[in-house]
This record gives sequence, C-alpha cells and structure tokens, in this order.
Amino acid sequence: MKRTLLVVAVVALYFLHQDFWFWRNGKLIFGFIPIGLFYHAFYAVAAALLMWLLVTYAWPAHLEQEAEAASEEDRKH
Amino acid sequence: MIPAIVVFLYLAIVLYIGIFAFRRAKGKEEAEDYFLASRSLGPFVFLFSLFGTNMTAFAILGSSGHAFSNGIVTFGLMASSSAFVIPLTIFLIGTRVWALGKKYGFMTPVQMFRDRWECGHIGTAIFTVQSVLLIPYIIIGIMGGGTTLYAISGGVVPYWFGGAIVAMVVMSYVFFGGMRGTAWVNTFQTVLFLLFGAIALIVIGVGMGGFQTAAQAIQSSPMANLLTRERISPYYFFSYTFIPLSAIAFPHILIFCLTARKMSQFKKTVIFYPLCIMAIWLPCVFLGVMANRVTDVPQIRAKQEARRVLATQGKTMEPEKRDELRDAAAGDDVIMLLLQRYAPLWLAGLLGAGIMAAVMASDSQILALSTMFTEDVFAYYGGKKRFGEAVQVQTGRLFIVLITLFAYAIALRAPETIFELAIQYAFSGFAALSPLLIAALFWKGSTKWGALAVTIWTALTVIAVAIFQSMVPAPAPGPATVVWSLGGAEVLSRTPGGTAVFGFMPVVPMVIVSVLLMILVSIATAKPRATTLARYFGG
Repeated sequence: MKRTLLVVAVVALYFLHQDFWFWRNGKLIFGFIPIGLFYHAFYAVAAALLMWLLVTYAWPAHLEQEAEAASEEDRKH
Repeated sequence: MIPAIVVFLYLAIVLYIGIFAFRRAKGKEEAEDYFLASRSLGPFVFLFSLFGTNMTAFAILGSSGHAFSNGIVTFGLMASSSAFVIPLTIFLIGTRVWALGKKYGFMTPVQMFRDRWECGHIGTAIFTVQSVLLIPYIIIGIMGGGTTLYAISGGVVPYWFGGAIVAMVVMSYVFFGGMRGTAWVNTFQTVLFLLFGAIALIVIGVGMGGFQTAAQAIQSSPMANLLTRERISPYYFFSYTFIPLSAIAFPHILIFCLTARKMSQFKKTVIFYPLCIMAIWLPCVFLGVMANRVTDVPQIRAKQEARRVLATQGKTMEPEKRDELRDAAAGDDVIMLLLQRYAPLWLAGLLGAGIMAAVMASDSQILALSTMFTEDVFAYYGGKKRFGEAVQVQTGRLFIVLITLFAYAIALRAPETIFELAIQYAFSGFAALSPLLIAALFWKGSTKWGALAVTIWTALTVIAVAIFQSMVPAPAPGPATVVWSLGGAEVLSRTPGGTAVFGFMPVVPMVIVSVLLMILVSIATAKPRATTLARYFGG
C-alpha cells in the first residue's frame, strides 16, 4: 500500500510539472516573482519532499547489506 | 584587472587542492584509488561534488542567457524538471549501480554492461558512443574558460592564453588528484556557486533599485510575456522533461555514484539535490529576466535591439544574417554585464571566480574519459594483465594530458556554436541511452542485442538531427518551417531553436524508440545464462 502511494505520488508530481493553467498568467507574487516562476520554485521544494518520502519509506537497504556482505567476503579471501 | 587577479587566485587554490589530494593518496598507484578515490567519499563531498559535476557553464551563463531571451520558462524547462527527474534516477539507478560496483568491483558503466549481458565488443560500441558524446563538453569548457578570462580581464588576457591557463589548471588537478582531487575541487566550486549566487542576487537587486520596481516595469511593458510562458509551446515544455534522463546516463555521473563510502550517503544527495538546483537556477533565471529592464548598459540594449529586428524583419532575411542577429541577441553574458554594472570591483572578481567554477566543470568529463579508456579499452584488451596496475594508472594520466591538448587545439580553431550544438545533441543522446541502464538493472529479459540496437539507434539519430539542422536553416522567431507533413500532421519541422517531431523535441521519439528497440530485440534474442541473471536478480 505504502509503495503504491509512493508510485502514485511520483506519477502525480511528474504531471504537475505541466502547469498549463499558469501558462499565460503574468501575475506577480509578493510584487516581484512571476506566478509561473513561483510555482516551479515551489515544485522543486515539493520534489525535495517527495525524495524525503522515498528515502524514508522505500530505501533499498537490502542492496547495501548484500554489497557490504560481498565485500566482507572478498576481504576474507 | 582586480577581478582577473581574484580569478587567478581562485585558479591557484583549485590547483593546490588537486596537489593536496595527490599527497593524500601517499603515492598509491592503484586504479581504484586514482579513478574512484577508493570508494571513500563522505556525505558532504558526495552531495556537493555530484551536484557540481552536473553543473556546467550552462547552469549560470546559459540559464540567465536563455531567460533573458525567453523569460521565466527557462526555470520550468531546465531546472524544476531536473529537480524532479535527476534525484529520482539517482535514487532508483545510482544506488543500484553503487551496490553492484561494490559487489563486483565495477569502475565504469561499460564494465557492468559487459558482465550483465555477457558481451565484449558491444561494450566497446557503447564506450565509443559515450566517448564521442562526451568530448564536446571538454572542448566547450576550455572555450568558456578562455572567453570568461578575456571578459573578466577587460581584454588583457587573450582568448588563447585564457583557454591555455584553464586547460592547464584543470589538467593538472585531474592529473595529480584523480577522483579525490576532482571531487574536492567540485565541492569547493559548488560552495562558491551557492554563496556567490545569493550575493549576486542581492547586489544586483539593490543596484537596480529593487526587484519590485523592475518586475512591475516589465509587466507593464511590451516585454510582459517574459513573465509568462507564451513564447514556448506546451509540447516543447513537456519534451524537456525527457532531457534530465541524460544525467544518470552520463558516464561521469554514473562513475561518481561509485565513489560513495556507503549507500546511505545517497540519502542526503537525493533529498537536497532539488534544493541545490533551486538555489543556483532561481537567481540566474530571475536575473536573466530582470536584465531586460536595465536601460543603461549599452551591450544589453544592443541585444534587445537585435532581438527586435530579428522578430520584425527576420522572415525576410538571408539565413546567415539571421544567424548573425541571433548571436548578437544571445544573452549568455548578461550576468557578467550586470555584475560589471552593479557590483564593486572586488566583488565582481569573486563572482567572476564563481563563474569560472561553472565554466571549469569539464574536469569530471576528462577524468571519466580517462577511467573509461583505461578500464574499458586498456585493461579489457589485456593491458592491465600485461603491464600491471601502476602502468594502467600512468596510462590514465597520459590520456588526460592527450585529451586536454586535443581539446585545446580544437578550441583554438573551431567556432563555439558548433560545440554548443553538439552538447544539445549529447543531452538527447545520453537520454536515449538511459534505457540501457533501466533494462540492465530491472529487466531480466534484456539482452546484449537489445543494448546494441539502442546504441546504434542513438548514434544514428544524433547524426541525423545534426545533419538535418545543418541542411535546413533555422527560421526567424515564430512558426516553424515544416519539412515533412503527413495527412495534415506536421511530422518533421525546423524550429528557431532546433528540430521538432510531431511538435515534440527529438529526444521524445529517441527515448521512446530506444525503449521499444530494447524490448523487441531482447524478446527476439537469446538471454544471458541463468547464473549471470542470478547474480543480478537473485534466485
């Protein structure tokens, strides 16, 4: 379930990059940042949050254990 | 001259870092130590050097230049798409490649492909395509160094001498320091980017009388569409999300993934990568757009005038005249012009050093090419067995000298635009090679013949796009020139900035066909042995 939700979040964030709704909107946020730029700066922050979720809930720890075990074995020989 | 002195001081520091790394190696002549820093990089150096490796001159100079001409769309096109795709691929692919490297001792992607698909010469074919796509980066790095030193010194340091100095410095610290020196220099450079990007933003903002005034002035001018994305089609915008797939397929990035001491060091890199991208690109893009509001810098006014003439009279002009105007309107030096106008001399020097740091990002490509040559060719074809590991490292060092001399010789003769174009193709080419990694790591059914089909397809399409763009001149800003249409659909067009296939950038069909070729050819051909598959997928 957790994995499915993460996959959905990844796919959703990919499509949210295509913000056609702000395409022709030149409104300034805080009086100086165009809304299209503000959205994509926020998008980068959302990407960092998603990466945190992936690292926290889907980290492939088994790969590290296997690799460490193999290199330990190698050292013994 | 003060900025040039600060830049020379910066060059001396990076040279010292390389030599310090050499002394740290304590005379070890082991390939794994020289080419991968003994797989021992800590979390801080790993994050900043991996990020720095991926930041070329384009991140600072090109992004602000692109934003100067096209507006805020630059950030969504190149930065936010990378902020999502690159860390995701590092998470999915980089970690797996690290684990396999640690387990089986791989030092290059081709070594992994050869082992995974039980192939020899197909690996050499992949090595060849990767190398050809990588060389323009090294050339453009030297050209960028020559141009920047010339600009910062006010013309006192000639282009040939500036290029020679940059080539010598990069060659020296890569030659002596290997991966350790390159990683430390990249870390130092990334800290410089981040620090001076913020300082530049504040200094220029204050100098312009505040960004609110500048942004509102643009909003109420005929240039208001720079604050929207009207100048770019949504298809083009979507296409760009395929380009960051190239990052993980670049050999220097993948080789870098092998240098982490522990896999857990990827965690911070994956999480902070999007924020680092934002911290570098947001000021550059914003300043590029705001530069349009500067009225008292003659060079910026000349660029705007060239852009205006191109837009109004471009359609009726000869292609050569259009190209001339396009060059005159290009804004790659707007950040430098803004600094010269608004920053005090000493600060302009420090910021110039930050820009040099971006321009000199070719170090990792030089080292990667040397690693690939010594491992994938020299060692694979018996050199290591016959002459030993110390000779292998010396061969790597000799290769670094030769490739730098070769790049410098070409940088003196060829026009820069050729290599800028080659880099455009290289991004698409490496993106089209990315299915190799995904198939090798995640699909048992993939085969060496599928890999060969992807490699040949990538090489042919990169050549085809290059020939097409050299044969059909770029039209004036506005609608594309349709070269081939079918049943009312525009199949192939020449756009002002490149090529479009069904309205998309060529990278989209290149990646999709690569995936299809990998699947179809692999289904039709023999799989590797079960014992090999078990080493990668268990069971």
